[in-house]
Amino acid sequence: MKTNRFWSWLVFLLGAAYFIVPLIATFEFSLRMRRGEYSFDAYASVFADPRFHATFGYSALIGLFTIVVGVLVIVPAVYFVRLRMPWLRPFVEFVTLLPLVIPALVLVYGYIRLYNSSSIIPFTGSALGTDILLTGAYVTLALPYMYRAVDTGMRTIDIGTLTEAAQIMGANQVQIIWQIILPNILVAILSGAFLTFAIVIGEFTIASLLNRPAFGPYLVGIGTNRAYEPAALAIISFIITWGAMGMINVLGRFAPRTSARTD
Amino acid sequence: MAAFLEVQNLTKSFGSNTVVKGVSFAFDKGEFISLLGPSGCGKTTILRMIAGFESVTAGTIQVEGQDITHLKPNQRQLGMVFQAYALFPNLNVGDNIGFGLKIAGMPAEQRRARVDEMLRLIGLPGYEKRYPYEMSGGQQQRVALARAIAPRPRMLLLDEPLSALDAKIRVSLREEIRAIQLDLGITTVFVTHDQEEALSISDRVVVMHAGNIEQLGAPHEIYNKPATRFVATFVGQLNSIEATILDPAARTVSIDGHIVTVPHLPADAAANVLTQLTLRPEVVAVGASEGNDVTLTGTIADVTFLGSVIRLRVSLGKNVISLDTFNDQRTVPPVRGEPVTISLASKNLLIL
Ligand SMILES: Nc1ncnc2c1ncn2[C@@H]1O[C@H](COP(=O)(O)OP(=O)(O)O)[C@@H](O)[C@H]1O
Ligand SMILES: [Mg+2]
Repeated sequence: MKTNRFWSWLVFLLGAAYFIVPLIATFEFSLRMRRGEYSFDAYASVFADPRFHATFGYSALIGLFTIVVGVLVIVPAVYFVRLRMPWLRPFVEFVTLLPLVIPALVLVYGYIRLYNSSSIIPFTGSALGTDILLTGAYVTLALPYMYRAVDTGMRTIDIGTLTEAAQIMGANQVQIIWQIILPNILVAILSGAFLTFAIVIGEFTIASLLNRPAFGPYLVGIGTNRAYEPAALAIISFIITWGAMGMINVLGRFAPRTSARTD
Repeated sequence: MAAFLEVQNLTKSFGSNTVVKGVSFAFDKGEFISLLGPSGCGKTTILRMIAGFESVTAGTIQVEGQDITHLKPNQRQLGMVFQAYALFPNLNVGDNIGFGLKIAGMPAEQRRARVDEMLRLIGLPGYEKRYPYEMSGGQQQRVALARAIAPRPRMLLLDEPLSALDAKIRVSLREEIRAIQLDLGITTVFVTHDQEEALSISDRVVVMHAGNIEQLGAPHEIYNKPATRFVATFVGQLNSIEATILDPAARTVSIDGHIVTVPHLPADAAANVLTQLTLRPEVVAVGASEGNDVTLTGTIADVTFLGSVIRLRVSLGKNVISLDTFNDQRTVPPVRGEPVTISLASKNLLIL
């Protein structure tokens, strides 16, 4: 069994190195802005750039709206499909996977064709309209993750019985979803929300083609005309993304506990 | 006086499968009613139609003279306790019990008082801050009961609320449910597949089979005078005895050579034809006993020690009869293979 251990560790370390070595190299490079010594100058330069704050703030706000809209659409949808139309689930599952299959480029060209300023619904005609469009696009992009998170959350509780228990005590559908279903899947929703946030913060294609001042296009722009700052930014966005992922893990500990007992 | 709960010709089909077939019954205010029957006979479906969770294919449901057949569940003012795991996991005990009151718009102060009252009723005072996962299954079901009755529903519905619990808790909790029900005088419909449970706590029992009512009556009527063979076999133990008809006019039969006169025979009875008699184990005595006019001899085929009761199986020849005797600690229990004399009253030999 000793040799077995050895090989699995070797494979693990190789895999880890594959991810960690470039990260370390990037980090090391980001510290070399000042000649001859390590410094955080590149980071200082990034944080001093007002466009960093503006684009990050913009993307964070869009991310927040994406989460809210996503929750408002997906939670009731998953709930009613599970409760009333379970036969529809395979179809819904397929639909929610489409954003992974269809390139974002296709999606955004479709949007531009459909909602351009000379169309019947000229969303791209104004900044606000484009922001709404961008949020809609991000809801779609995050759909596979949000749907799965919410669906998994609902699997852990008996939504049928909880719904009926609330119904017989006089609650209506809205009260049931907000007071019973949502609080019980909050942890699942939050993990979906952090994933959504991570996606929105780093997204480039759609934001760039819709010409919005988002963080993704800013990252790419910096990358093409600076040397050390892109490395620093890569490390920063890596920390943000992994911070969001880490939150998902932490939240998992607060998931609702089953009360199944026979005593 | 009009009935409190009146169900008429209630029918439910799932597609082409009719699972409740024109069921009718009427009950008075304050009655504890059990729907009893084997798994799949339609008990839950009836309860769910009363609650409003299943649509009705045909028939009507009335409560206090009001037709509720097509009302939504949240308009029926009923309380329900489910099999298990129906407490809201995100709410503590106090908020679970207070949920219906909050929905009804009761002010927080009054709500707290009612929750306290309910917690005392179910014997869990001071538990309002606990969460469901911190409580035993029995405690959770008591909270579920409190939650159901807190908003003062017109009627209480229970769907096998004890079936997920251990045997000991099951017995103590069913007695508690009955005590609370009597205390509040709330009309209650209780679904179970456990005949002992139904007989022990009900005012009246509806015995169901394959979507139909087989018999409706008080527990002793169901047990002592089963209307159909199904009821007789489903409720309690039953001996089935093969006998040969000797003289239809004199109602005499032969049970493994013993000649016995029975209370009645089928109308089409003919001499030398086999017939089935039934007999409850507890009406058979070991040895002679007062009032028993039939004495049979056989050998003990099996002895099952059940504590306060000893169940014997006595072989008479072709027939084997089960019977119960009390465990008398002053005497040695019967031994397998011993000869034995048993007695019974011929009026207890029934043909179903
Ligand atoms: N939603 C449903 N769709 C189809 N068949 C159902 C549904 N609910 C119950 N049934 C069927 O109806 C019959 C009676 O079920 P049920 O009322 O749950 O029985 P019980 O509670 O007496 O065990 C069963 O054969 C069951 O399979
Ligand atoms: Mg059932």
